[in-house]
Amino acid sequence: MSARVQLASIAGVILSLPARLVEPAMSGIQRGLGIKRMPWVFLLPNLVAVVLFALLPVFINVFYSMSGSDRLFPWDRPFVGGANYQSLLDCTNYLDPSTCSRDLFWRALGNTLVFVPVQVICMIAIALLTAICLNRDIVGRGFFRGIFFFPVMLSPVVVALTWQWILQRNGALNGLISAAGLTPVNWLVFPNTAFFWSVFVTVWAHMGFYTIILLAGLQAIPRDVYEAAKMDSATPWRVFTRITLPLLKPVMLVVFILAVIRSVQTFDELYVLTGGGPGSATMLMVQYIYEVGFASQPRNFGLASAASLFLGLALLIFTGIQMRISRGGNND
Amino acid sequence: MTDLSAPKSALSIREFATLRRGRKKSDWTDWLTYLYLFLGLVVMFTPVLWVAISSFKTPANLTEFPPTILPYAAQTVTVEGYDEPLPLFEVVGEDGETRQLAQLRRVGIQAQMIDPANPEERIVVPVGDATPVRQLYFATENYTNLLTSSGGQIWRYLFNSLFITAVATAITLVMNSMAAFALSKYRFRGSGIALVSILATLMIPATVVLVPTYMIVAQLGLVGNLWGVILPTVATPTGVFLLRQYMLTIPDELIEAARMDHASEWRIFWRIILPLSSPALAVVAIFSILSRWNDFLLPLVVLTRRESYTLQLALASFQTEYGVRYEILLAMTTLTALPLAFAFIFLQRYITSGIASTGIK
Repeated sequence: MSARVQLASIAGVILSLPARLVEPAMSGIQRGLGIKRMPWVFLLPNLVAVVLFALLPVFINVFYSMSGSDRLFPWDRPFVGGANYQSLLDCTNYLDPSTCSRDLFWRALGNTLVFVPVQVICMIAIALLTAICLNRDIVGRGFFRGIFFFPVMLSPVVVALTWQWILQRNGALNGLISAAGLTPVNWLVFPNTAFFWSVFVTVWAHMGFYTIILLAGLQAIPRDVYEAAKMDSATPWRVFTRITLPLLKPVMLVVFILAVIRSVQTFDELYVLTGGGPGSATMLMVQYIYEVGFASQPRNFGLASAASLFLGLALLIFTGIQMRISRGGNND
Repeated sequence: MTDLSAPKSALSIREFATLRRGRKKSDWTDWLTYLYLFLGLVVMFTPVLWVAISSFKTPANLTEFPPTILPYAAQTVTVEGYDEPLPLFEVVGEDGETRQLAQLRRVGIQAQMIDPANPEERIVVPVGDATPVRQLYFATENYTNLLTSSGGQIWRYLFNSLFITAVATAITLVMNSMAAFALSKYRFRGSGIALVSILATLMIPATVVLVPTYMIVAQLGLVGNLWGVILPTVATPTGVFLLRQYMLTIPDELIEAARMDHASEWRIFWRIILPLSSPALAVVAIFSILSRWNDFLLPLVVLTRRESYTLQLALASFQTEYGVRYEILLAMTTLTALPLAFAFIFLQRYITSGIASTGIK
């Protein structure tokens, strides 16, 4: 008996219980409204949830970013126009965060601007290398695929605590280092090493996801293209740059955009691993939004909304540019 | 996809270990591949293994540096006339002979010890001459303490996590498949707009709408309530998209035949379309379970009361509250990771192929 059939039958048994009540009700609705309106009945629950928790919040967010005070509900909040944006942008020297009235915002922005490209490039490079290795005729491919994917399943909190345990002063890494005769390092106490490990840990946790997508892309490349290259006795490097990369380009684009969107939203791992520290060395934008809007008193929802709109706008522009570039490339 | 790792019949171990498809000879790129993959195995897997092993160490063993690989604990011995078990030490005597003695108490650099075989005579030993006798010991009390400490709160967190995951996934599946059914099997005015507005939410990062989402949850009176994290997450655009694409491949003749038999639209959906979509439903379910179980930011904002904490929130707050109690923290980390590790072992094939099929449109 296949696992698929088993899963389906278990789901079937569970789902049939409330169905006995729903079916007469839905038949009644159909008799009342007529068959033409039924698709809207099916759509309704999902549409309500989408509008309430995704589309409407975008508009409310715009209002939030233009209103002040620490009151939560929009009707309690006085309209302040661009004051929140002004406060975020209030700097005497834009290259030096400490001259800004919201210096933490600029530090978080700066960190994000360094973190995202470094993390995405490292992650995709490693994921691609891993996918290429896993695409070869090797023994135990399924096993290795599972191993590289495994951390994706772990919750970010578990990931962060795992690495914290390894990186702490008396941790396993320092144990290895001192066994090799070197002096142990306080990895998460210095800004530079903390930043390195924040990139490392997020790459470790998420690369498996992109490896699987890239692997599927690699397997979609027809084998005879490689056979032909072999006939022409092309070097492996040439095969990689002239065949694999160009044919993988559409998949790479998907992976790239997904990776950037995820990377910009990084929060959980670093919040638990470093708490944004030391100082503000690993504080990214989402944590800034959380700190300003939820963790600090008084809660500044207006500022948090303004910052999150910045983030959304930046993502939109980035995705647009990416799409444009890829389309331009295909026309050549 | 064929499973390359499956052993073909009647191969010797050596033949199996060097088994290759097609070509006979291994070249340097193969060795490089294996080297990389084994390095990956170490980097990807040992951290998790290390935490699992560490969770069985006693507090004294955990603070040791350099850390021991396996969990050890000081060996104790019960001696007649003493209620408590005494720690056992290996002592080098003046004659160069080593003896195992039990320590009574330590005074400065001197320790009072007794020979377990001869409890009457007290021996004073310099501390420097004594090393504790240790044995392999799995401190399972880390786990039992965790499960019983603070009135078994952990069961509450576990229940909250399970409740959120199960209920949100069930609602997601029903709601998404209803919408997908409408968008794939009917022609009606406005279907295009509905599809676009659902898919457009793909482009909205959850953090961007964090504040208004929280406001709506608060307005519904659901702050600190498990439903406050369930409702905002149930309408997933990827789920609708995936299920719709799958349902498009189900032939419409089935529906027409059912209508001939006067089946209601709901009956057609529930009895015909839904069972036929089970492979796609399985993928959506796995995605939903994974993301709901691991969710952190929304619960952190919405679940403000301690009784409503999920495992992830409790784990994160453990770190600050009992920062020094690593044995409890590590046990809880292992426990939180365990359900998914088991799920992964059984579902690995579905998960990896499911992700591969959804990543590329």
